[in-house]
This record gives sequence, structure tokens and C-alpha cells, in this order.
Amino acid sequence: MNISIQKFVRDKEPQRYIREYEIPDNSTLLSALQHIKAIDDPTLTFGAGCRSGICGACSVRVNGREELACSYMPKHGDHIEPLKYHGIKRDLMVDKSRAKQTLKTSTAWLHQSQKATITTKDEKLTELQSDCILCSSCYSACPVFAVNPDFLGPFALTRIYRYTADPREGDIKSSIDAIQSDGVWDCTLCGECTAVCPQGIDPKMDITMLRGTSSQYGYMDPNFGNMNFGFDPNAGF
Amino acid sequence: MVDILIVGSGAAALTAALTAKARGASVLVLGKQEPTNSQTSMAQGGINSVLNLERDSVAKHIEDTIKSSRNLSDKAMIERMCHDAPKVIEWLESIGVPFSRCESGAIAQRQLGGAREKRACYSQDYTGLKILHTLYDNILKEDIEYLEDHYLLNLVVDDGVAKGAIVIDISTGETKQIDAKATIIATGGYGSIYHGYTTNAFGSTGDGVAAVLRAGGEISDMEFVQFHPTALKSSSILISESARGEGGYLLNTKGERFVDELLPRDVVARAIYEQISSGEEVFLDIRHLGREKLMELLPQEVHLCKLHEDIDPITQLIPIKPVAHYSMGGIDVDRSLEVRGIQGCFAVGECSNAKVHGANRLGGNSLLEIVSFGRLAGESAYHYAKNRDIPKASDTQLEKDKIHIAEIFNRSNRVNFYEKREGIGKLFYESVGIVRTETALKDALSQLRNIIEELPYIGVGDKSRLYNRNLIELLEFENTLELGEVIVLSAIGRRESRGAHYRDDFKEQRDEEFALHTLCKRVDGEITIGFERSYI
Repeated sequence: MNISIQKFVRDKEPQRYIREYEIPDNSTLLSALQHIKAIDDPTLTFGAGCRSGICGACSVRVNGREELACSYMPKHGDHIEPLKYHGIKRDLMVDKSRAKQTLKTSTAWLHQSQKATITTKDEKLTELQSDCILCSSCYSACPVFAVNPDFLGPFALTRIYRYTADPREGDIKSSIDAIQSDGVWDCTLCGECTAVCPQGIDPKMDITMLRGTSSQYGYMDPNFGNMNFGFDPNAGF
Repeated sequence: MVDILIVGSGAAALTAALTAKARGASVLVLGKQEPTNSQTSMAQGGINSVLNLERDSVAKHIEDTIKSSRNLSDKAMIERMCHDAPKVIEWLESIGVPFSRCESGAIAQRQLGGAREKRACYSQDYTGLKILHTLYDNILKEDIEYLEDHYLLNLVVDDGVAKGAIVIDISTGETKQIDAKATIIATGGYGSIYHGYTTNAFGSTGDGVAAVLRAGGEISDMEFVQFHPTALKSSSILISESARGEGGYLLNTKGERFVDELLPRDVVARAIYEQISSGEEVFLDIRHLGREKLMELLPQEVHLCKLHEDIDPITQLIPIKPVAHYSMGGIDVDRSLEVRGIQGCFAVGECSNAKVHGANRLGGNSLLEIVSFGRLAGESAYHYAKNRDIPKASDTQLEKDKIHIAEIFNRSNRVNFYEKREGIGKLFYESVGIVRTETALKDALSQLRNIIEELPYIGVGDKSRLYNRNLIELLEFENTLELGEVIVLSAIGRRESRGAHYRDDFKEQRDEEFALHTLCKRVDGEITIGFERSYI
């Protein structure tokens, strides 16, 4: 069968073009890419690692939808492209540094570690969230980046939720403060992130939960504040 | 000049970085991928530590580890690691690792093969993943500098003293020197030489081990490669030991069970290999556990079987084979983890041989080793670099490496190394694998040396300097060839059977002659193999 792949390299003309390749039946997309590199096109560049869906290195888009190459069985005619909203290093390999910067901007870690009893119930609250493999599929699928490149994005916010819901966090406020600008309120709750996550994580739900926590800390939806409900919050200033 | 350069980015590297940074050292971490891509993410089962002194003791943990090592370990290092384990868990707990819990709120523990008690702390089937990601979050928190897409070419060593490393920046193709007062190597194992017959990620090519060998340091016990009994037959994807732990059976084509499934990994792997050699197919049968239990306990495994083998393990048998899983041997280090033969260079994790696993690693001890000794490596390197004035190295090594890279680009590309890589994987699996004989080992050595001689004709098809993965994969392949020779020579020299090293022509463990570590170094370019006593 044949698949087509979007190629990109900075030091050649044309930089970007689409090439078709023949691949064997019954192999994962990652094995097919390896096959192409070994016998057909040694320049084909892509991320690869564990082959079993846990290292997060091989995420690509197939016919516009995010997939882990190691966990996808290709069909004849599939079109393979790099993730969206990431700089392209070469071919299918993307630069995740900007995406990962969101973890730093949002301060996705324990701010003030305290001793706490963690029950099985507490653990279940963030079990799924901490299954994240940082494949960046959700970042690629998120339409907010088309209008706001500074948005913190789904995986960073899920990670913030994972730490704020942890009984060991003694300073929830610092996390909440860090995600007000370009953060929880900028999400449109469209659920594209949830749909593409290979681990079944639901960032949309986590963001909704974080909005609740933000309200407890006195924050409110800035869009809501801008609406006119018959009183002007800036009146008198 | 940075105080401490750390090469590699799995849990050992990140732990060492956090430790050294907390002490006040300047730290630079670099690796060929992103930190969260590393092999640590694949560790499933757990991390061993005695937490409940009513039913377990550190003494038992030490005894179990020594027993599994088959008299090929350093008791002092095992004691150090096992005594440190509760502090390791306490530290991981304090930085936010989401361990699974008991009803009481205590950290949950499970029993793994070779352990007499429930001793492995875990996070479902994602223990390595969750430890790695928590460490990564803390690397960001502590603002530790990390360079991705940097591949280790060689160490810079002047008169036996480490002064940093030569790396290739994969993004630009530039070869550059990084000066450091102390260097920590944490580059992982060398299982990828068994290409196609290993559970390891593609990058486990022993880059750091080979660099130490080239720099005049010593490596040891390289013949000890652990084979995991149950990987999927066609893809070598790991099916966790917990499948047998939960009651899975091993069956041959006749539908017979042929081995106690819960014996140590080396014994079970050999029993399966013998079946396969005699023409049988071997299957893992977990059907009797039932859909509900399988979906609750082994959902990852059910998914991987469907995807890679196109079978549903709830109703069908899983075809399996044993494949290379863990490198027990590696860079020879002293008790402070300093590399033997290179001052100021430290090694930690799967790339090192700290002599805690010996001839057979116990499940749950590798995650423990990388965090416990990751902290030790950070401490050791910090103390070494503190107040030390290291004159900057000359650029002799840098120039050599630039010439080597240019030479590779100029090579004719007459031989496709991807085909050779596949061939070597099969050759090693069959001849340097689970059951070994002198005849097969010597045959493998001559085939391997033939390929080494062909290297001047093994080039790259991709001539770009930018993100040239073709070049990196060739360099990785060269490392596996270099280490492959050492593995075979070591296996030939060890005329006995011990743990993972099984010789069909010398079936007995011969302690009076071979309770010794195999040591290897290059003298005037030639590989020399020697033996040294084990401090058990």
C-alpha cells in the first residue's frame, strides 16, 4: 500500500513537498517509517523511541488527526504530517520546546511540599492526569493556538490540575495565580484535546475543575467580567 | 566551564542533576532526545524499598539481591542501595511522585520475582513514567539547563583526567566541545545490539559505555544481558511480568505447561528458548483470568496484543519469545561511582556496572538503583568539582572527532547499515543470546569483525547537516559494533554458566574459578579482557 508524507528540510529547495512511499501491510506506522528509512529514503526524519506508546516521541498527524506512530496501523492513501503549532525540525520531527515552555510558565510542580495522608480516593483523583506522556498531541489539536500562540494549552493545565489536587501541595494559590493569563479562561472547552489524547486524559474536564478552583481564590472569567449585566464594575474609577 | 556535565536524561541523570544543583554546583544536562523520551518511561513494575518493618527487613532485601546476583556483586554497594531505599522513596514522595496507595494511605507495594516480600512501590503499571515525569517537572522548577538533540561522540580526557565531552549538535550538525570540571555519564544500556530482539528503545546503543572504552576507561561484565521471558513474538514488545504474577500460564504448541512460570527470569527464558529451539511455539495464556480482571489489571497488555499481534488475549493465546531486556554490565565504577581509569568521570544507571545486579537483576531494583545512585553520582561529582581548578583541555579530541564526522560523510555508501543492524541483531540473538556455546560465539565474532572491516564502505545516504538522524543512527551502530566485540569476547572467556550467561558447553556455575568480574579496556587500540575478584 502507499502513504504520502509531508517532507520539510530547511537547507534544500523546495523546503516543503509531499512524497509518496510504498509500505508493507500489517505493520504499525512507526515500523513503516523505519522500513522507508532503511530501504527507500534515508533522509526521512521522525521521532521514535519505545515502540509501545509510553515515551511520547513519535506523535504525528494522520489525515489531520493526531496519532502515535507506534500505535497506529496505516491504511492505503493515508497522509502523514508533523504536529501543528510546533516548529518543524525536519520532516515529521517537531520542536517541542515552545510547547514544553508552557510547563515552566504555568509552574507545573509542587510549590510547597507538605506531608499529607493520601488516600486511595485522593490518588484516583489524579491517576489519569499523571498518565500523560507529553506527546504534545493535545497541543497540536487545540484550536486556541491559531489565535493565541501564548495559550498555556491542555497538557500544562492538566499537569497544574494534577498538582493542585494533590494533598501534598501546601501552596495551591501559586499554581492558580500562574494560570490566569493565557490560561484557564482562554480555553473554549471544545474538547479536541480530549478526543486525541492517546492516554484517554480529559484536559477539558481538568480545565473546568481549575476554573472552579480559580473562583475559590477570587478569580473570575474575564470574558464574563466584560459582559454588560447592567452594572459597570469600573464605575467610580 | 560548567561544574558538572551530565550526559543522558533518564531518571539517573535527572536525579544527579537535581542533587548537584541543590548543593550549589552549576549543572548542564544534555541528551540525544528529550528527557521524557528516555528508557526510564518504560519501567512498569515498581521500585524496591522495605517500608513495613513488621513483615519485611532491609536484611532480606539485601539477601534477595545478593542471591539473585549469583555471587557476582559488591556486597557493600548492595547494602548501601538497600539501606538508602526508604530515603529514596521518602524523597520521591516529597517531590510529588504519585505512588499507588493502600486503604490506610500507606504506599502500596507488590511482590516481584525473586523477592520474598511485597517490596516494590508502584504507580499502577506506570512507575517509571511517573517517576521520570516528576523528576522532569522538578528540573524545570529548579531551572536546570537542558540541551536536547546533543549526541555524545567522545569524552575529553587529558592524562587520565576527564575535562568534558565532544558532542554533535544534531540540529546543526556542528561538532563542539563542552568543558566541565566533572562529567557524569547516564546514557543507558546497550540492549539495542539485539535489534529486533529486544524490549529496549531504539536509542539503547551503549553510547556512554563505548565512549568510556575509547577514552581509556574500563568496562565490565558485558556478557551479562538479561533476557525477559515474555515479549510479543513478532514485535518484541514487552508483556509485563505481572501477567505471570497474576496467574498467566506458559504453553507450548501441544498445550502443555513446561515450566514453573514464577521462577527467575533467566530460568524461565531458557525453558522457553529450549521449547522454541525444538520446534515448538510458545504462548502466554491469560484467558482464564477473565475479561473483567484483565481489563482492570493488565489493560496496557491487552491493548498491545491487539495492536502488535492482532490477537485478543481475552479469548486467544499470546505468541511470545524471550528477548534482550537489561544490560547488567557496563562502565566499571568504584564505590563513589567514579569510572575506573578516568578521574573526574562518573557513571550511573544502566550504563554503569555498580555491581548491584551481578549476573541477574531483580525486578524493582533498577529504578531503585537509578534514583539512589543518581543521588550518589550527584554528590560525588559535586565533591570532586568543588574548589577544583581544572585547566581547559586542548582541542585535540575535538579536531579528531570533526575529522571522523567528515570522513563518514565522504564514505561511499556501498553497504546499507540498516540491513547490517538487522543482521547483527539476529546473529546476537541466536549466537550470543540465551544459550551460548564456544563454537557459536567464535562464529559470531568472526561475522562481527567482517562487518567492522566493512565500515569504511558504510556511509550515510543523507548528506544534510541539519537534523541528520541517519548519521546519528550510524554512529549508534558503530557503538554497538564496538561493544558487541567486547560482549562476545567476554562471553567466550567465561567458561561457565552464571545467571543470564548460560553456556551449553559449560553448564555449571564454577565459583572457584569464575566468581570474578570480567574487565575490559583498550590497550594500544586492542581490546584486553581480564578477570577480577568479586567482593561478595
